[in-house]
Amino acid sequence: MTVDESNVILKMTGITKRFPGTLALDKVQLTCERGKVHVLLGENGAGKSTLMKIISGEYQRDEGTVWFNGREVNFTNVRQAMAAGISMIHQELSLLPERTIAQNIYLGHEPEKEGFKGIVDQKKMVTDSKALMDSLGLDMDPQTSVKKLSIAQQQMVEVVKALSQEVRLVIMDEPTSSLTSREINKLFEIVERLKQNGTAIIYISHRMDEIKRIGDSITVMRDGQYIDTVSAAEADLDTLITMMVGRKIQKMYERNYREPGKVIFETDNLCGLRFRDVNIKVREGEIVSLSGLIGAGRTEFAKAVFGIDPIDAGCFKLYGRQINRIDPTNAIKYSMCLLPEDRKKEGLVLQTPIKENLTAACLKKTFKMGILRNKPENEIGEKYVRELRVATPNADKIVGELSGGNQQKVVIGKWLETGCKFLIFDEPTRGIDVGAKCEIYILLDSLVHQGYGILLITSELNEVIGISDRVYVMKDGEITGELTRDELSQDRIMRYAVGEGEVV
Amino acid sequence: MSFKKQNSASLISHILILLAVIAVMAFLRPESFWTVNNLSTVILQQAPYTILMAFGMSLAILAKGIDISMASVMVLSCYLSAPFFKEGNWLLGVLIAFGVGIGFGICNGLLISKIRIEPFIATFSVDFVALGIAYVVCNGKYIYGFSNSFRWITNGELIPGIPNVALITIVVFLLLLFLTRYTIYGRELYSVGYNAVAAQHSGIRVDRMIISVYAINGSLAALTGILFLGRLNAADPSIRGTLTMDSIASALVGGIAFGGGKGSVVNTVIGALIIMFIRNGMNILGISTNWQQSVVGLIILLSTFYNLGIENVIKKIIALRSMDQKQPVQ
Ligand SMILES: Nc1ncnc2c1ncn2[C@@H]1O[C@H](COP(=O)(O)OP(=O)(O)OP(=O)(O)O)[C@@H](O)[C@H]1O
Ligand SMILES: [Mg+2]
Repeated sequence: MTVDESNVILKMTGITKRFPGTLALDKVQLTCERGKVHVLLGENGAGKSTLMKIISGEYQRDEGTVWFNGREVNFTNVRQAMAAGISMIHQELSLLPERTIAQNIYLGHEPEKEGFKGIVDQKKMVTDSKALMDSLGLDMDPQTSVKKLSIAQQQMVEVVKALSQEVRLVIMDEPTSSLTSREINKLFEIVERLKQNGTAIIYISHRMDEIKRIGDSITVMRDGQYIDTVSAAEADLDTLITMMVGRKIQKMYERNYREPGKVIFETDNLCGLRFRDVNIKVREGEIVSLSGLIGAGRTEFAKAVFGIDPIDAGCFKLYGRQINRIDPTNAIKYSMCLLPEDRKKEGLVLQTPIKENLTAACLKKTFKMGILRNKPENEIGEKYVRELRVATPNADKIVGELSGGNQQKVVIGKWLETGCKFLIFDEPTRGIDVGAKCEIYILLDSLVHQGYGILLITSELNEVIGISDRVYVMKDGEITGELTRDELSQDRIMRYAVGEGEVV
Repeated sequence: MSFKKQNSASLISHILILLAVIAVMAFLRPESFWTVNNLSTVILQQAPYTILMAFGMSLAILAKGIDISMASVMVLSCYLSAPFFKEGNWLLGVLIAFGVGIGFGICNGLLISKIRIEPFIATFSVDFVALGIAYVVCNGKYIYGFSNSFRWITNGELIPGIPNVALITIVVFLLLLFLTRYTIYGRELYSVGYNAVAAQHSGIRVDRMIISVYAINGSLAALTGILFLGRLNAADPSIRGTLTMDSIASALVGGIAFGGGKGSVVNTVIGALIIMFIRNGMNILGISTNWQQSVVGLIILLSTFYNLGIENVIKKIIALRSMDQKQPVQ
């Protein structure tokens, strides 16, 4: 496709980057224009984040040239790139949990008190961040500490942070992976405004529906290589997917519905932190979704059931066992598991190898007599690397060095290996590419056929509609509606989610 | 890069420091330092106490904590059990020594895991409590003059040429090495150290793990106390000496990183030997004990930089080597 040379702000050619045992980027090129959204597409581990980190000065390239704003640049750290007007929203959230929203937004460029160099003007920082958030249409108190925010809210704070300075290029690495449609709309409004100001945007996402909505041009990568750049208006989604995964995907959502079995999980007026009087049930052979907006209390509900947070009142039944109090150890023993929302904090020990993470929740099952042995662990490691197609040379690689989507696959593998039959999956496909998503849906379908029961929490409505048997909708901690498979539609779910369900 | 390679890189770099320290001393004072007598005294008779205490310190640091109270708990358990050892009532002595040690350990563990007090603050306070009680019990009196058969526990030579205290240390080392490296318990300990939240989500009982670590520390303190009684032939609160500082220093200099999860008991042994040889070297060079404290402090600081620097270099070399045998990306 053609580019307007005078409008080009970033041009990268022949970029190569090696990690031990991995050629992450192999002579990749990329050209971005002012006021345009450039989408970067590619499977998990294709090298998207690595390429972005080279632009933002976090990684140094091994080969290739980068032109930014008319001159050749070689950023050796993030500060230099920031000073040149490059801002990056990371795939993995990187806010400081103990600090307030305002402190996070202005981290590294705090406003100074007039006449006092080096003294932070706290008041100005708070009012400025409030103004900034208002202008972006976000309603949050800048003095709240970040650890109290949900993942989605943190994601929005990252966006605000990226825009708190003069920017020429904003890199968004999967900014919507944990947002629901309402927040996504807000984000897209912000993107539109940035475009009008002439800011260039690089946008990475595995949500295919977004790509044509906001993209102007699209670059596809595969296995660290540049495949092609096409204009978004002319591109066809199926062709893009084929370019990206190297094969054709026939059908995204694969379900063979069947008559569900006996009830395995049932709550009785369960109350806890941010949810109350929840009455839901899951049967054998069912995928039940818990839908709702961000902050509706779905994650809190899941955490209480798994025993991370306390149950305030009520109880639930799991495989016929009445439960008033529980902890994760017993939960797993009773065949229940929770795939947590935040893989970095709750799901993985990032500094240890893939195989050790895979066995972390079933050590007693894997190792007899409490003694570690290599053989069973290696076998489990190899099995999931192969079955979930984790992009890595072997199962000894340290999990923290995997790409985001591949880390998520490891968390899924960890829970499958426990053999638990009631699975609560909180955003299981976050950051996972289309090809792998499709395979995970097939996997979930085959699990429910073996009598598993799945409670799915996901913010992607397509996913809810595509694979659920039933859906409960939660709003402000209460269940506002229940929909069967025939009744499912985006519209219906959204109405219950915002509290207009009865009006239908 | 693989996990094992990283760990061995860290270990190699610390063995290098140990060898460097020994080489420098052997060069400066060949006649007094580089003798069988001196080397075996340091390794077999002086180092074991520091090593045993440093094991406990390392376990605590691996679990993202620290245990300031070990040396005082050792003194107290020593004091309370000494009269029984003196009378020859060994069983009661051992029970009391370990009872006190493990009791204080569990106390530490409960404060840290259940009441959620910062490990430093919890064990720092317990340190005062234990030492205070020891002074009260002692009341200015020494307990001395133990039987030879009791002192044999420390000084005897079950295996000719190796004093029992060294033998016991080796056994404890092997046990801990096995526990931390080859058992589920060890795996869980490291998980808790790296990421307690993820460990909890995986069904690991984090609280119990923390309590058990401090209980192990307590029993190590008790063991060290008994051995110390045999060596000094007297119980007195001042035997606490620089043990706390030396054991923290050993862990750090050996490459056990604050913040949990990194290093192993092998690092501890190397760290403790580095510290002991530096102290021994300074004694031979005639440097006063006051200056020795400062030097140990400097060594800890330097080792922090060293850990950052050298490990990176070694990692790069390993990385380059594995680049040559390029593995395909799936
Ligand atoms: N710090 C690192 N050390 C070693 N290997 C790394 C490191 N960072 C990335 N890699 C490897 O480089 C490759 C590309 O990773 P990258 O994170 O760029 O993928 P990605 O396209 O962003 O994938 P995803 O969609 O899953 O986020 C992967 O194989 C990954 O394992
Ligand atoms: Mg990525």
